[in-house]
Amino acid sequence: MGKAKSAAARTRGAGAPAGAQGGRARPNPNPFEVKVNRQKFPVLGRKARHAVGQPGVSRARAVHKRTQTLLKEYKERDKSNVFTDKRFGEYSSTMSPEEKMMKRFALEQQRQHEKKSIYNLNEDEELTHYGQSLADIEKHNDIVDSDSDTEERGTLSAELTAAHFGGGGGLLHKKTPQQQGEEGEKPRSRRELIEELIAKSKQEKRERQAQREGALELTEKLDQDWKEIQTLLTHRTPNSENRDKKERPKPDAYDMMVRELGFEMKAQPSNRMKSEEELAKEEQERLQQLEAARLRRMRGEDEGSEARKPKHLSADDLNDGFVLDKDDRRLLSYTDGKMSIEEEQSREASDGESEEEQGEDLSEEDPENSSDPDGHSDLESDMDSEEDCGRPNGEPRQALGKGTTSIGHRAQEAARNQLPYTFAAPESYEELKSLLSGRTREEQLVVVERIQTCNHPSLAVGNKAKLEKLFGFLLEYIGDLATDDPPNLRVIDKLVVQLYNLCQMFPDSASDSIKFVLRDAMHEMEGAIEARGRAAFPGLDVLVYLKIAGMLFPTSDLWHPVVTPALVCMSQLLTKCPILSLQDVVKGLFVCCVFLDYVSLSRRFIPELVNFLLGILYIASPNKCGRGYTLVHPFRASGKNSELLVVSDKEDKATWQRRGLSLHWAYGLKAQNKTEANHTRLSCLAVCLALVKGCAQFYSSLPSFYAIVRPLRALLMEHLAGCSHPPELQELCQSALANLEEPEPRCRPLVCAKSKPEPLKLFTPRLVKVLEFGRKQGSSKEEQERRRLIHKHKREFKGAVREIRRDNQFLARMQLSETLERDAERKRKVKQLFNSLATQEGEWKALKRKKFKK
Amino acid sequence: MERDSGPEGVRRALGRLLEAVLASRGEANAVFDILAVLQSEDHEETQEAVRACSRLFGALLERGELFVGPLPSEDSVMAGSQGATRKYKVWMRHRYRSCLNRLQELLVHSSFEVKELALSTLMKFVQLEGAHPLEKPKWDGYYLFPRQLFKAVVEGLLSLEDDCSLLLARFREYLEHDDIRYHTMQAATDTVGRVTDRHPEVPLTFWNNAFTLLSSVSLPSQERGICSFYVKHGELPRTWKVVHLKEHRKAFQGMWLGFLKHKLPLSLCKKVLVVLHDSILPHLAQPSLMIDFLTRAYDVGGAISLLALNGLFILIHQHNLEYPDFYRKLYGLLDPSVFHVKYRARFFHLADLFLSSSHLPAYLVAAFAKRLSRLALTAPPEALLMVLPFICNLLRRHPACRVLVHRPLGSELDADPYDPEEEDPAKSQALESSLWELQALQRHYHPEVSQAASVINQALSVPEVSIAPLLELTAFDVFERDLKKKGQGSVPLEFIPAQGLLGRQDDFCAQHFTLS
Repeated sequence: MGKAKSAAARTRGAGAPAGAQGGRARPNPNPFEVKVNRQKFPVLGRKARHAVGQPGVSRARAVHKRTQTLLKEYKERDKSNVFTDKRFGEYSSTMSPEEKMMKRFALEQQRQHEKKSIYNLNEDEELTHYGQSLADIEKHNDIVDSDSDTEERGTLSAELTAAHFGGGGGLLHKKTPQQQGEEGEKPRSRRELIEELIAKSKQEKRERQAQREGALELTEKLDQDWKEIQTLLTHRTPNSENRDKKERPKPDAYDMMVRELGFEMKAQPSNRMKSEEELAKEEQERLQQLEAARLRRMRGEDEGSEARKPKHLSADDLNDGFVLDKDDRRLLSYTDGKMSIEEEQSREASDGESEEEQGEDLSEEDPENSSDPDGHSDLESDMDSEEDCGRPNGEPRQALGKGTTSIGHRAQEAARNQLPYTFAAPESYEELKSLLSGRTREEQLVVVERIQTCNHPSLAVGNKAKLEKLFGFLLEYIGDLATDDPPNLRVIDKLVVQLYNLCQMFPDSASDSIKFVLRDAMHEMEGAIEARGRAAFPGLDVLVYLKIAGMLFPTSDLWHPVVTPALVCMSQLLTKCPILSLQDVVKGLFVCCVFLDYVSLSRRFIPELVNFLLGILYIASPNKCGRGYTLVHPFRASGKNSELLVVSDKEDKATWQRRGLSLHWAYGLKAQNKTEANHTRLSCLAVCLALVKGCAQFYSSLPSFYAIVRPLRALLMEHLAGCSHPPELQELCQSALANLEEPEPRCRPLVCAKSKPEPLKLFTPRLVKVLEFGRKQGSSKEEQERRRLIHKHKREFKGAVREIRRDNQFLARMQLSETLERDAERKRKVKQLFNSLATQEGEWKALKRKKFKK
Repeated sequence: MERDSGPEGVRRALGRLLEAVLASRGEANAVFDILAVLQSEDHEETQEAVRACSRLFGALLERGELFVGPLPSEDSVMAGSQGATRKYKVWMRHRYRSCLNRLQELLVHSSFEVKELALSTLMKFVQLEGAHPLEKPKWDGYYLFPRQLFKAVVEGLLSLEDDCSLLLARFREYLEHDDIRYHTMQAATDTVGRVTDRHPEVPLTFWNNAFTLLSSVSLPSQERGICSFYVKHGELPRTWKVVHLKEHRKAFQGMWLGFLKHKLPLSLCKKVLVVLHDSILPHLAQPSLMIDFLTRAYDVGGAISLLALNGLFILIHQHNLEYPDFYRKLYGLLDPSVFHVKYRARFFHLADLFLSSSHLPAYLVAAFAKRLSRLALTAPPEALLMVLPFICNLLRRHPACRVLVHRPLGSELDADPYDPEEEDPAKSQALESSLWELQALQRHYHPEVSQAASVINQALSVPEVSIAPLLELTAFDVFERDLKKKGQGSVPLEFIPAQGLLGRQDDFCAQHFTLS
């Protein structure tokens, strides 16, 4: 407390005069000024606030203040002219007097320095440096030379110093090997030596000059050569270049170049380039960090560190997407590295081509848009991989557009060239649709990509909002594509990459858009459920949205604003939508796959999924005995759909081959003939069995695994018992069953965690906060606050009234003193007059008397 | 008779005929013309004719120009030598009867307006006949309600073919009147009995109509409430049955028992059970008579058993019903579908009530807890959010069952000793088991569920968790709640870039689905 006070005093000391200082601030006030209010008796806990005071001092301070302010006003009350000080910074309190002086001086200099008249050309003086005109130096004709000169000029040569200042020994010692022979012949005098030195230095100087001239010549030659090469290099805009050349003299162009180079080099002392291994290592570290964050979120720990996660964009990202782009590129380059583990062969095959691609892209397009070509090369390499090294038979994605890709590659090139380079960002969904409709797949991709490029957030202010909207429109467009007849899934397949990129830029708005479409879907379902108690499976668009949501956001988080609602949505799909047709089965299985993919990392338990698979197995089972399992809601033990997947045709069974299910089935593709439908049924069953197997692997560590899969096991036994499936399916059944049959881990009885022993109840006194005296207690906080404010207001009001009264008193005093002064003056003058009159009178009388006397 | 085209012309023509008939008895034959229009195909004309009939016979009833007493056959009276007035009255009474017959036919007309008009006209006649009875009272103050006419109306309402729900909704207005209600109950009992006697296979529409009518009858709760009568009377004799609530209750009970003793279709059974505890049981004179119906429903299984539980509970709770093996049956009701049916909330509310007694044996409560947690392995998240606290509440109420989650000295077991197939909770060996299912649910994909399941990791807190707000929880609520929940900071993103719609190669989607 005391320290703070004294510090305050010190800071205040400079401004105000010592007389006006508060007495409290001074360490030992004048004891005659101190007035002590004596306490009659001490009261415990009472703070005596006004025990000691210095009324005289404070009164003096008040009077001083009034004379400075009030009195001034009073005196100037009838004056209308104002005095303003126009000196620089006179009224600014932030500048120190020294600064003010400096500025004023600078301004004055400037004023003097300015040209008196613009027509007087000879006025400005030439500045020199070491006797050379600075204007010459600025032309940089002899940078090399001046540099070397300064170097040498800075330190005198060793010989010179030795000669002049006689640094003897060392020099002689150094010389000996060279001049041993000469010295042996005739010892030279000191004078000779010096002359020799002078001659030597002169010669050196000449040599240097010659060298310099040579260098100059060389540079000029180089300059010319460079010009030639440059025109070759930048043949794209030769016109402008030529024009430039004509307008400007040669050295200017060179100068410019040199300066530019110089600036660049000087501006960024960059780090050493990192080697491949280092980059890879860094990436790996970054990935490990991300993975650690993901695991943390999966376990639902430590929410605080979660916020740091998306910062992998950049530490000081302005959220304009600029830095992110760079990061994105690195991310992809990393992916290349990692992908080499996963799909090595394809990567190798495609690398050359994709790089070529990139080069071309870069020369064509904005250099800023570096992420897109990258993303593209990725895609293309995907396609190429399929093209180049055909997958082994039975690979699920084998059917992925084999014929079209080789043409597609070229078509994309064509699309790139045909389309305009700039697109305005669409303001509404209709605009986007009109932009994209009627174009081929490749063209659509290029259009979306270019929209992104042209409206990159770093280019203009409103672009961020535009791209955020674009995400929503694209989502809507994808929904439309998915509900088209037939669904245009290939375009969606490509657009997903764009969505991912946009989502990385704007996570919040992207999550909002996804939430919006999910809510829409759920609303629709909820309405149907309210009305009819059940809902039909939604269109393919909802399924696609669910899948996309899983790709944009981490699905393993314990809680995630998008993923958790999506999970609930899928659970609804699996529990509320009855299976009425083959199409529903395919949709349901797709949802199952998505669901299982969602939890593939976290291995979380999904009861609905097990139920649904049980139901599918049931409707595929030809001979049901219904022992050991119970079907739940969307499935019924009997009814017209209870044998939906049963295939009884022997021939169809024989000809069936296991293949990936086409998503077009989910749309409602009509089977051409019965065989095809039967094959699809068997494929569905195969998918279902594979999912059962996946579930078994995921959940085998759950404590009641045996109870969970009991119904599945019972049904699989039934399937096997019939022996009516094709051999491949039988095998699949067997392996799934084997997974389910895994020996049950020993059941360990549950034990609660030990809780802390509850402390004994102690009779500690209840502590109540004692409020200050003189305050009302027990009222609510608002009430107290109000009362406090009222009190404060009252006090302030009183203070203000007192101040006004004192002001008035002061003014009255002043007026009185003025009047008194005036009166005194008058009296004085009257007296004077009387005096003079009296003197006159006296003189006159004396004169008279004299006359009379005479 | 000249006939203008259009309903306007018909109206005017009918008006003229009506005035003529009412003015002089000589013009009485014009009644035939009016009745002829009643047969018209045109809806408008029929309506006009119904209105004309209503005015005509209404006026005749008020004037007393219809024959009073048992109606002799028309021919004998015409041939006989009685006075002309009597002949006229008998003749007019016959026309009145044929008019009533036609109106009853119109109750199942295709147009709703006609039906409604016919109904209101018939009810007007009921009122007028009540005030000016067409029968001679047997003694002074004898209460004469036109039972025959009213029964015919009710019979018309309970059509075998048509769905009369709209008309019944209209009829509901008349049921406000106590006398109408009383007689409706009697007539309905009668009609249901007759129809079921006559037809071996009663159509569903009849049951639906009957249920609509029956369920729209609601008795007042107090005797004083009986004071509004449709048929106005000067004095109210104490002997009159309609004024006593007891009689009403008797009739009500007779009606429902008569209705429920038949084998109802299941959908209707559900409907009855839904309203049973609320609007039927409290008004019965002897509620325990419902036991037959409820027992039968309880034995059906599935949703109907769940619903019957409510009625049974009231009987057990308020009327001292002894029900053998109640808890065993309740235990049997627990199957995976309880989490998916519409009446989940009601069922668990009741189950909570039944299991709230602290005098239940530990083995029983343990069996319920184990069974429920076993079933929870198939439940959707919204049900799990309710049933997990439910199970925990069971464990809280019965400290003896805490061994299910806390058995520090237990030895390792080879398999779960609980037998899910056993129907008797006493033999299910639930007490020797542990709730490993809840441990599995701690890995549920929904964070709230896994949180709710994780409660058992700690010693259970003493106060019970109220499950009332959780009973009505739907998946949509859960979804909305998740959507509205705000995470702190920005949304976490996937760091592995997307490559295509089907995702990475090792994903299930990519393995099993193709785009083309």
